[in-house]
Amino acid sequence: MERETGAREGLKGWLNPSKIGKFGIERLAWLLMRLTGLGLLAYFIGHIYETSHILDGKAVWDKSLEMTQTTEGHLFLALVIGMCVFHTGNGIRLMIAQMGYGIGKAERPDYPYKPQSINMKGKACIYATLGMAALAMWYGMAVMFA
Amino acid sequence: MATIHPKLSDELSQTVVSSTKSVKIKIKRSNPNVNSEQKFDDFVVPIEKWTTVLDVLLDVKSHLDHSVGVRYSCRQASCGSCGMKINGKPGLACFTKISELDSDTVTVEPMDNYPVVRDLAVNMDRMINNHKKVMPYVIREDSEIDAESGIREFLQSPENVDKYIQFSSCIKCGLCNSACPTMAMDKTFVGPQALAQAYRYIADDRDKGKNKRLKVIDESHGIWRCHFAGSCSQVCPKGVDPAMGIQLLRGYLLGIRD
Repeated sequence: MERETGAREGLKGWLNPSKIGKFGIERLAWLLMRLTGLGLLAYFIGHIYETSHILDGKAVWDKSLEMTQTTEGHLFLALVIGMCVFHTGNGIRLMIAQMGYGIGKAERPDYPYKPQSINMKGKACIYATLGMAALAMWYGMAVMFA
Repeated sequence: MATIHPKLSDELSQTVVSSTKSVKIKIKRSNPNVNSEQKFDDFVVPIEKWTTVLDVLLDVKSHLDHSVGVRYSCRQASCGSCGMKINGKPGLACFTKISELDSDTVTVEPMDNYPVVRDLAVNMDRMINNHKKVMPYVIREDSEIDAESGIREFLQSPENVDKYIQFSSCIKCGLCNSACPTMAMDKTFVGPQALAQAYRYIADDRDKGKNKRLKVIDESHGIWRCHFAGSCSQVCPKGVDPAMGIQLLRGYLLGIRD
């Protein structure tokens, strides 16, 4: 495809909070999907690094585990739980939609042209996924801070 | 300091005029061919309840500043020329009434993800080129003009027409490409406009060029870069719903849908 120089919004187009207000919950879901994906990738790399300490003996391993046994560590892990649940739930929604299901049926458009692909089923799934992520974070914190 | 429309100045001096309301319009000005300066010029213009953003811009051009650069033609949401960012959201200036914006100040900027030509006019070469690349026409070996029987028609049932008619309403205004977050980052993404048009012809049972068309879009910066943010469909002024076309096309490519 043709390359074009300049004239792209870049990261500003992703992160500008006013876009979410103007383009709805689907845009928020899209942004969170990107951010949680990057967050989970960073966590995965950190997790591999942390668990590799097991090769350095019990003392080193215990010390590395202590990193997450703090208030900040617990909050971080709660965030990871939230990211995991949201990314999974929203990913399933997207996979179904991207196979062409739950996005309505092509038909003759009538004014005022409500897009069928942006429908209540999709919105309900996004809200449910956000709710599940919040619930999982709350449960995780309840266990970790008990 | 906003430039005030002469009609409103008259109003201040007790001259009877039909309009009692006014709007402040902030127009983003730039001319990349001259320098990189960008600024907003403010104008106060009288409005009626039916006044569109394009009416206001043309009023500014007629009475306050002739140099404002804006592209327009049909004034009835058919040509797709007057796409711009209105209060932060892509829209057609001729299809957006000031009254529905519910704001005393209206900010107009050139569409995102397009190079600016001047002020509100943008260069749409990339979109048009990508549109051409998906071969937006019916591809067949045979012709409607037959040597033996003269002219014939490729008949279709109304059900088959319904499969693509929605996507044939595209007026190439480019609002979908402007709203798309992938277009904001990916220099080579084919864009929702072209993808929806690819689906329009693939869903057309007269067309026999599926494989040629799929070759263009089934690549790393093609259809798989769409992540279904749905912003393209939110801004489409003609009900094309490009996001739906893209997902249906993806289902077809995956072999899940007909």
